[in-house]
Amino acid sequence: MAFARSIHHLHPLPPVSNTRGLKPSPLFLGSIRPDSHTHTITRSSVSVSSSAQRRSAVAANVSDVKTKPAANLLVTKEEGLEVYEDLILGRVFEDMCAQMYYRGKMFGFVHLYNGQEAVSSGFIKLLKQGDSVVSTYRDHVHALSKGVPARAVMSELFGKTTGCCRGQGGSMHMFSAEHNVLGGFAFIGEGIPVATGAAFTSKYKREVLKEDCDDVTLAFFGDGTANNGQFFECLNMAALWKLPIIFVVENNLWAIGMSHLRATSDPEIWKKGPAFGMPGVHVDGMDVLKVREVAKEAIGRARRGEGPTLVECETYRFRGHSLADPDELRDPDEKARYAARDPITQFKKYLIENKLASEAELKAIEKKIDEVVEDAVEFADESPAPSRSQLLENVFADPRGFGIGPDGRYRCEDPKFTEGTAQV
Amino acid sequence: MASSIIQRIGAATSFDTNNNYFHRRSFSGRQSSFVVVRSDGANITTRLKPNGGRTHHLVTNAVATKPHTSAASKPGHEILLFDALREGLEEEMDRDPRVCIMGEDVGHYGGSYKVTKGLAPKYGDLRVLDTPIAENAFTGMGIGAAMTGLRPIIEGMNMGFLLLAFNQISNNCGMLHYTSGGQFKIPVVIRGPGGVGRQLGAEHSQRLESYFQSIPGIQMVACSTPYNAKGLMKAAIRSDNPVILFEHVLLYNLKETIPDEEYVLNLEEAEMVRPGQHVTILTYSRMRYHVMQAAKTLVNKGYDPEVIDIRSLKPFDLHTIGNSVKKTHRVLIVEECMRTGGIGASLTAAINENFHDYLDAPIVCLSSQDVPTPYAGTLEEWTVVQPPQIVAAVEQLCQ
Repeated sequence: MAFARSIHHLHPLPPVSNTRGLKPSPLFLGSIRPDSHTHTITRSSVSVSSSAQRRSAVAANVSDVKTKPAANLLVTKEEGLEVYEDLILGRVFEDMCAQMYYRGKMFGFVHLYNGQEAVSSGFIKLLKQGDSVVSTYRDHVHALSKGVPARAVMSELFGKTTGCCRGQGGSMHMFSAEHNVLGGFAFIGEGIPVATGAAFTSKYKREVLKEDCDDVTLAFFGDGTANNGQFFECLNMAALWKLPIIFVVENNLWAIGMSHLRATSDPEIWKKGPAFGMPGVHVDGMDVLKVREVAKEAIGRARRGEGPTLVECETYRFRGHSLADPDELRDPDEKARYAARDPITQFKKYLIENKLASEAELKAIEKKIDEVVEDAVEFADESPAPSRSQLLENVFADPRGFGIGPDGRYRCEDPKFTEGTAQV
Repeated sequence: MASSIIQRIGAATSFDTNNNYFHRRSFSGRQSSFVVVRSDGANITTRLKPNGGRTHHLVTNAVATKPHTSAASKPGHEILLFDALREGLEEEMDRDPRVCIMGEDVGHYGGSYKVTKGLAPKYGDLRVLDTPIAENAFTGMGIGAAMTGLRPIIEGMNMGFLLLAFNQISNNCGMLHYTSGGQFKIPVVIRGPGGVGRQLGAEHSQRLESYFQSIPGIQMVACSTPYNAKGLMKAAIRSDNPVILFEHVLLYNLKETIPDEEYVLNLEEAEMVRPGQHVTILTYSRMRYHVMQAAKTLVNKGYDPEVIDIRSLKPFDLHTIGNSVKKTHRVLIVEECMRTGGIGASLTAAINENFHDYLDAPIVCLSSQDVPTPYAGTLEEWTVVQPPQIVAAVEQLCQ
């Protein structure tokens, strides 16, 4: 493969011992950095010659592209516009959340995704409806990318009954049965086993129920989670049973105020994949096209039944951990460096330079998204708050679980239950 | 006496449609004891040989022997409790291909207490999944699978190990149906052996029902006989709610005749073990047998205790319990949980709240001591409630 040969030519592969006997596939390479033997971790990926054909996963800088033949573009115009719209939706929505929070329309802990949009759009826009997405508390944009309407997400954040979870979940618990968004979890790491379970169901449907099922699951989580036991337990099980799951680490370097480098003995998270028997890939998470290329490979692998992949996306959150975070610890220089790599700016430049879209078309998309988000706010504002009757409705799927009352009838038959005034 | 017993076999009580008679027998080095307890309260002479000063205990490795009262003329088949659980599992797995099992050593090993023996060869390694030792992760995996359409049964090799899965059980199992606005249901069954065994040490002798009872959104049931074990297992599997089924390490070899035809019990109902007039004794799991043993002594002394196996630890069957309280006006709770924050504590509160007017005396709750279960046999015996304590408590209560 021309691609693989060019990589061999330019950079030595990491020694085979790194991968513990797992043959490094030419398509999947761990991050190749000339300074990987030192302890200082630089945050720049390695450049590859711009003339190399880039068809598959690579840890390389697409921004090196100077002259690119149209035939070798990574997206079509249609795909490009879809991705761009998704990026803009994520950004504008989150900015609106910040506004609404400070105006007292949403409460509690709200964690915004600004800066990380390339990961969500890069991965999720490749999925089918039947594929599942599992996220953490930073889940608004994952839900939006998967297809949950902006109205439903905004209403949920306002705590209204028209929210995707009837106002019962909130910012950290975005669920959608229709779009297969399986949460939204407040504790880090607790979504990963759930994602592993969804992948298990996919395999079970294929092998036990003999259904035609190639659904994959994406599990999104952060650098802090990559030190958590549940992560490792699931890496083991997923590789063991070759589950169709992709573990996507959104490494934004900070877990609230804890720097990834202060918390982790070996900060290169992608390396943990081969330790468990799956490929580990590092990708520039500020570049949506690079993410998309890696995602294509990983999702393809999972669909073909070849097993899981661990993808580490180098990314950054432009805002604090949550809207309550004063964000005093991060170096302004670091923030500036990453702001210069804003995924939306980069992709806009790519589209225009490669003549995939005009300024006018992109402006039109931005205007459309502004309207969508404003409509979502209006809808959420006008929606009713949950009434008392909603209080006890979803505690049990089968409300007989509330038990039998002194009068011999099931307690859920008591009208106080539908009114929400019963004491449970 | 024998003939009247045989005639009363099959007599229906108001709460279960089958008799509850069973045998247990101990052997190998211990003096054998032979006790038969009947659900309708008939007492049969017992021969209790003293065993070096220790009171009689259930033994984990009872031998299945033919009882000399005629089970042969009765319909149904004799079965040990672990096998009854397995029968329930197998029937449900035959009925619904989405039912699957996951846990440590459930597959090739057949389960550490043989509850899943023979199922992996029949259903395959994916349907009866041997997991690595990662309780939190595989419990979460079961929950994710349940959300996406399967009906997993998650086994904790010992209930105590599920402490490692507390994150998943509390946050996801219990709460996810609610936080998703009702979009996802979690029809899992979490089961395993718990309770104080025979000198298994503190960590293998835990009673997790007290820790899990506060989690909103889950149901908890405890089985105590082969009949209710199979019935509750089937009910738990069919329920769309997450159900935690508590089995007891020392009860797996109980033998009973259960019906051949299919039956499913009600998860929320309690079981009337022995109707009576003087005092309501509420119990569950292994303590049921200590209570019934004490009941014999009490009957000989002229008392008429009503014994109810509450079975449903969350929610409580307030109807059965309430009717009993209204009749006897005195309540004794006998449980194996710790005194602090146990099921008995919650039950005491619930009865006080709902039936205070009917009580003639304060509720007495006998629980295990708030002590990590010691290894030494003598010490272990003193941490759990023994029949003489139950007798004394009833005498005190009925003064």
